Formats: sequence, structure tokens, C-alpha cells
Amino acid sequence: MMLGAGDPLLSGKIDLTVVLIVIGKTVAVFAFLLVAVMLYIWFMRKVIADMASRVGPDTAGPWGILQSLADGIKLFFKEQSVPDSADRRVFFLAPYISLMTAFLAFSIIPIGGQVSIAGHQTYLQLADLPIGILFLLAMSGLGLYGVMLAGWSSGSKYPLLGSVRASAQMLSYEAAFGLAIVGVLVQAGTLSTRAIVDKQAWTGVGSLGTWYVIPAFVAFVIFLISAIAETNHPPFDLVEAEQELVGGFHTEYTGIRFAIFYLAEFMNLITMSAIAVTLFLGGPAGPSLGFLSATGAVNTWLMPVFWFVAKVMVLLFGTVWLRASLPRLRYDQLMDLGWKWLIELAFIWVMVSGVIIVGRNEGWNLIAVVPLSLLGGLGILGVLRASMPNRSELVEEIL
Amino acid sequence: MARFSGFGVTFKQMFKPRITGFYPKEKREKPERFHGRHVLNRYEDGMEKCIGCELCAGVCPAKCIYVRGADNSPDSPVSPGERFGFVYEINYLRCIHCDMCVEACPTEAITETKLFEFSFANRADAIYTKEELLVDDEGRAKRQPWELWLGGEDDKTSAWMRATSSSGDADYEGRVNWSGELGFGVREPEQGQSL
Repeated sequence: MMLGAGDPLLSGKIDLTVVLIVIGKTVAVFAFLLVAVMLYIWFMRKVIADMASRVGPDTAGPWGILQSLADGIKLFFKEQSVPDSADRRVFFLAPYISLMTAFLAFSIIPIGGQVSIAGHQTYLQLADLPIGILFLLAMSGLGLYGVMLAGWSSGSKYPLLGSVRASAQMLSYEAAFGLAIVGVLVQAGTLSTRAIVDKQAWTGVGSLGTWYVIPAFVAFVIFLISAIAETNHPPFDLVEAEQELVGGFHTEYTGIRFAIFYLAEFMNLITMSAIAVTLFLGGPAGPSLGFLSATGAVNTWLMPVFWFVAKVMVLLFGTVWLRASLPRLRYDQLMDLGWKWLIELAFIWVMVSGVIIVGRNEGWNLIAVVPLSLLGGLGILGVLRASMPNRSELVEEIL
Repeated sequence: MARFSGFGVTFKQMFKPRITGFYPKEKREKPERFHGRHVLNRYEDGMEKCIGCELCAGVCPAKCIYVRGADNSPDSPVSPGERFGFVYEINYLRCIHCDMCVEACPTEAITETKLFEFSFANRADAIYTKEELLVDDEGRAKRQPWELWLGGEDDKTSAWMRATSSSGDADYEGRVNWSGELGFGVREPEQGQSL
């Protein structure tokens, strides 16, 4: 029963209906993600075109909305070449590792509220794991294997370089990413995504303050930056820096296997946005339509999903905006940002919020505790920054 | 905040009109002196203007024109006068569309249209023969299978236009110094020469 500890669907007797509901939810979430990726790619291309004074895809379907479907069909029927020097088994496996982890990570996202299907109460969420966030970290860690093995098994130098970059980058930012999440977990006191969302439930405009974006703002910013770096998106897309590495780790991939990498990449981005919404922006929380019955289908099914999708879309627009505006970071800038800023800031943020929470529980004087802990945190940051070697001095020494 | 000003630039851009169009569905009007592919013109009575003098071939800096003249037979002359262009070939893998041939031609036989969208799949297609270059009985360019013309493009194909005072003499400004084209008539002088 570990898998569904939170979900009321799995707390009773497991009969055929329950199994069917779970299978139905799985299919629905999978289809939701695939359609979301398809639309996101179209949306991204359109918005970037707008920002570059271009028209963008406009031929396939109305406003070119079927462009990614057409691309997918084309890739599906293309020849799939495998380099002679490739490690064939791993080469075939790698794209599916990427896809699988990208999809599994999404399974813990609460998409909507609690609904009733065929007499069973259940969450609009594929799985409410009691260790949900740990599962997310595990999946984003495993996702690295897809990229790494793809580059390694291609038997070609640019994919290898790309995957080495990817491993270094994803490992570096995994730390900041995890610590930013801890910044929320410290306050929420639970690992279950459903419980985290419940703590940010909508009770009126005042509940905006309970969304962790306010009490954990620093963690939110660190999370966004490191999530984009985790998914290898611009401006952190050194992994596929075309000018240097051809296509990066997927240079040798063609046809549908390449499409799967592409799919997984954008799936990861959507998952990350969904995680950010879940952790910081209240997930499906939002005002329901007051003039309709609170137990009606619109307010139990539709409105939470609407709020969830709307928030995710705002974040996804942000990623497109980044892509259109920022040039790629240099490799040392990438490492500096990750190791010298984000990890420390996240660490200090966890400590400061820990102190504040303990202070609140123990009844310390918060007016004294909050500034003191902030000051202490800044002090630690200052000492750390001061103790770091200066790059230009280092370069001079070497020269 | 200067390092974030780029976001403002891209965001503002979203609400500005698009610069790019819907090519090839919609095409822009070509400039008056656009240099596209050539045509060999005819007179109103169907006679060819080319007299096979090879001046175009001689002046061509890319050496892409090959002309051989031949004597007209007195019974069925191809062109008015003694000789006509018996062979006329232009190699579009070499042509740089400099329009020197048009300048050199004494009879306005060779002119450049505004057609430029052709993509041949082999070298033989790249060499336009006299048959392909010659205009039809209406004075229109003949469409080759590898050429892309859309939506009334051929109404604007005859685009060759010369400055009315080519020697720079102001007295000749606005005075047409060329003969009419079959199918398109006499073109108006260009505007704005005397700026």
C-alpha cells in the first residue's frame, strides 16, 4: 500500500473498478503530457517567432498548431541510422530511459482536486507517494542516465563531449535544485506532493500568502534557475551547443529515437514547471466559480485543473521568454553560478528558514530571530565568497 | 538592471508588426530594375529580335552566354535583317545577372525578367536554350517545369526597364527611348530619375 498511501481510492478494497480507474488515469496523464508537449513546442516556436518579428509555423492546421504533430509523423517514417561504432543495446535503450523518467516524474503532480469516479473518491493525480519529492529527485537523477548513455554509446566524439557536459551540469545543479526543494520541505514538513498542495489550499485571497513562493521566495528563484539548468534549456543549453558540438548528445540519433529525446526534453520542462507550481504556487489551488455549486462538476473537476494549467502556462511562457532573450552562458559562468552562488544561497536559505521555524515552534522572539538569522546567513555567504579564489588572480598566477 | 533590459526588448517585439511575409504564398512586389532570368524578345509580327551579333556573349563577364548566328533564308526569315540567332544558350550556373548583355544588345532582344525562382535538378536544365528563353506568341516568358511561378507572377515578368537618359543627358529625362515589348506594350519611364 506504500504506493497510494494518500489516495482515498487505494485505501479501501482494491477491486476491478479501482484497477480500471488507475489504468484510466495513467492513460489520461500520458495523453495529457504528450498533447501538452506537442502544444508547447508549437507555442514556443510561435512566441519566439513573435519576439523575433517572424511569423513562425503557420501551415499545418490553424495557426500551424499541428506543426509538431507533422514533425513527429515525419520523424517516425525517417530512416534510423546507427553508427558502426555504437554500443547498440545501450544506444537503443537510452532514449527510452529519458522518456520514462520524464513521464514518471510527472506522475506525482497533483493536477486537480479530489473527485468521485464511479463511486470512488480519488485525487486527480496519478500517484500520491508519501515520498513524492524524493521520487522526483530520483527520477531527475535517473534522467541523466538517458543523456549520458546516449552520448557514451554513440561511439562518436561530439555526443560524448555533449554528454560529459550534460553530466557535469546536471550533477552540479542537482544540488542547488534539491536544496531549493528542501527550502519548501522545511516549511511544509512533508514529502507528499498532495499534502504540500493541501497546505496551500485556497480559502480566499489571504491564502496567497500561504503559497510557498512568498515564505520561500529565495528558494523559488533558486528552484527556477536550477530547474532550467537541470532540463538543459537556454540559457543553460551547453549540452547541445550547436556551434561547438553539432547536436550534443543526440547528434547520432535519427528518426523516432531522436524524436523521443526531443519529446523527453520538453516533457521534462513541463514537469519542472508543474513541480514549481506544485511546490511554490499552490498547485491546483485557486478561486472557484462562486455562482455554481461547490460540489458540482465544474468546481470539483474543471476549476482546479484550469488553475493548475494556467499557472503552468505562465511558467512555460517564462521559459520561452528566456529562450528568446538570453544568450548561452559560458561554461565557467555556468559552473560559477551553480557552485558559487546557488548552492550556497540555497544552503543558507535552508538554515535561515530552519531557524525561523524552530524559533516559531519554541516560542522565541521572532522579531529578534528573523533579522539575526538573516544577518548570520549573509555573514556566512560573505565569508564563503571572500574565501573563494579570484578568477583573474588565478589566471595571472598561471600565466 | 541593464542586464535584464533584453527581456523588455523581446517582450515589446511581440506587439510590433511582423517583418517577414508569407512567402511563397504571398510575394512582395519586385523592384523596378530587378534582375531575374532572361527572355529573348520578339517583334509584334512574331519576328525574333536577336540578330546573332554575339555582343552579349562578348560582354558577358561570366562567359555564360553562347551564341551562334546564321544567315536568314530569304523565303522564311527568322528575324528582320541579314542574320538571326541560330543558337542561343545561357548557363544559369554561371550567370551573375549583371545585365551587361541587356546593355550591350543593339536590338533589345535580350532582357531580364523578374523571375528568379528556379531550381534545376541537373546541369542540363541549368543551360537555358533558345527554345526556353524565347517568349511565346503573347510575349510571355515560357514557364519551365522547374520554375515556381505563383499567382499572376507572369503579369509582372517583363520588368526590363532602362533609365530614360542613360547617357545622363537631362534633356532626355522622361523620354522613352525604347521600343515596345510584345504583350506588354511600351513601358512608362521610371519615376524619380531627376532627384
